[in-house]
Amino acid sequence: MSDHEYTPKSKAGKWLNDRLPLLTLGAHLTDYPTPKNLNYWWTFGGILTFCLITQIVTGIVLAMHYVAHADLAFASVEHIMRDVNYGWLIRYIHSNGASMFFLAVYIHIFRSLFYGSYKSPREVIWILGLMIYLLMMAAAFMGYVLPWGQMSFWGATVITNLFSAIPLVGDSITTWLWGAYSVDNPTLNRFFSLHYLIPFLILGLVVLHIWALHVPGNNNPVGIDIKKPSKDTVPFHPYITIKDAFALLVFMIIFAGFVFFTPNVLGHSDNYIPANPLVTPAHIVPEWYLLPFYAILRSVPDKLGGVILMFSAIFILFVLPWLDTSKVRSAVFRPIYRQFFWILVIDVLMLGYVGAMPAEGVYLVLARVGTIYYFLHFIVVMPVVGFLEKTEPIPMSISEPVLSGGAQPSTARKVDDKV
Amino acid sequence: MSKEEKKVNRRDFLFTASYTVGAVGVGAVIWPMIDQMNPDKAQQALATTEVDISNIEPGKSITVLWRGKPVFLKRRTPEEIAEARAVNMDDLPDPQRDEERVKEGKDEWLVMLGVCTHLGCVPLKDKGDFNGWFCPCHGSHYDVSGRIRKGPAPTNMEIPKFEFVDSNTIKIG
Repeated sequence: MSDHEYTPKSKAGKWLNDRLPLLTLGAHLTDYPTPKNLNYWWTFGGILTFCLITQIVTGIVLAMHYVAHADLAFASVEHIMRDVNYGWLIRYIHSNGASMFFLAVYIHIFRSLFYGSYKSPREVIWILGLMIYLLMMAAAFMGYVLPWGQMSFWGATVITNLFSAIPLVGDSITTWLWGAYSVDNPTLNRFFSLHYLIPFLILGLVVLHIWALHVPGNNNPVGIDIKKPSKDTVPFHPYITIKDAFALLVFMIIFAGFVFFTPNVLGHSDNYIPANPLVTPAHIVPEWYLLPFYAILRSVPDKLGGVILMFSAIFILFVLPWLDTSKVRSAVFRPIYRQFFWILVIDVLMLGYVGAMPAEGVYLVLARVGTIYYFLHFIVVMPVVGFLEKTEPIPMSISEPVLSGGAQPSTARKVDDKV
Repeated sequence: MSKEEKKVNRRDFLFTASYTVGAVGVGAVIWPMIDQMNPDKAQQALATTEVDISNIEPGKSITVLWRGKPVFLKRRTPEEIAEARAVNMDDLPDPQRDEERVKEGKDEWLVMLGVCTHLGCVPLKDKGDFNGWFCPCHGSHYDVSGRIRKGPAPTNMEIPKFEFVDSNTIKIG
């Protein structure tokens, strides 16, 4: 935050600002000193904000036409597609928007993993981000149930049955979630209610996420602490806003490509069959963004074990800031961790692939290998590599590698120095 | 701190009493909010289903909906019954004799929830390695008695409460 007190120029502005300092907040957001070396991997925060607003706006509009009843839901979605003016467009933006939201959030998360953005003093930003991610998964799952097609119904059945693995109270909890003795109309009703609620909870967490970000300020590709404001920083507006806007335009081109040319490629054709509680589709798969966790679930030949491992795969990320023992943030200066990072990326992509395949033969073996590496990466690799790795010299400031054309050994800091 | 300050005084008592009453009040309000999500009267009213079984040939089965869930009614042939009873108990992950899964004297009628005990899919009939059912979702194999033999499902398919109203009618629930 800039040190000088902001004073509005107009009399009316001053009057308002004395009573509610909104203009001070605006000035803070405009002047917010940002590291000048942020690359395009840093533009996904803005892109994600755009995704959330898109989902909320299109969702509110869809709710004006959708009917949350087991007998009417499927027909009302088709009504939106065929009868409602531009209904097809709004629904395709909403359904593909969910996929684009997850695409952006995965890039955002892996950016944090590469540049060590989750490390001290940014642990709370990371944890708030994971809470947003969990809520996103809940919202996406419930949203997928609403059209009440075959995949909606059986996806809801399989996911809610995960809770039946809990010893003793599992069945009671599942019945409570359903509001019936199977996935039925009460289930659809409450999922609609919660699907409408969750985006606003996410919005609240996003405010906290950004608030927590603005306390220490952005991490940056070099991963060193910088003085703010200084010659290492630029004001958020116009420097970052214009860069974010350009990245957002490119993102929107890809988004529009899905919406207008292949709107159903990320969905499943079985969901255009109305829900039938007597017949399970031959091959049930979740949406692509949940596939790695689905692969972990299926890799365990035990019901409770699989469920525990799947949830652990997400919750282990919450303690990541304390599992990573390295003093250096950015993987740019961590030659060993950098290689493990890319192994993790490949591992997660592979888990996603086998999650879409039948759980047998070579796919089952790959799922097990992938699951084992996933957990080894966080429990063993991160603490051990942090201790043993000999990191490369990190620069004194952001300006140094830029102005002198590369880090000079004479001015570079040793790792032992305080980072 | 002096001794007087550490002693429990009127104010501590008032705090504790207030918190307690407050907690009871919050609990009393939260419970209806939680319990409203449990199955309502309309759902509970669907608790029984009567099925006419007079048209089912030996070796055939039908599927009916009970409480939103499929129920398999299979009229087994003597060979199938013999096969189900010849199984060694040590081969079963969830040991249960076939006799325990049917009504005495009505051995040919297998009535069970058509719900895989893994994650709730509907198994396919006459499929799998054990001449019974096979769940396509995650690959659980059930035998001709609906008992789990292979795959991730932890238990046998459930036998619901049912009774023979007369020789042609079964009441489930």
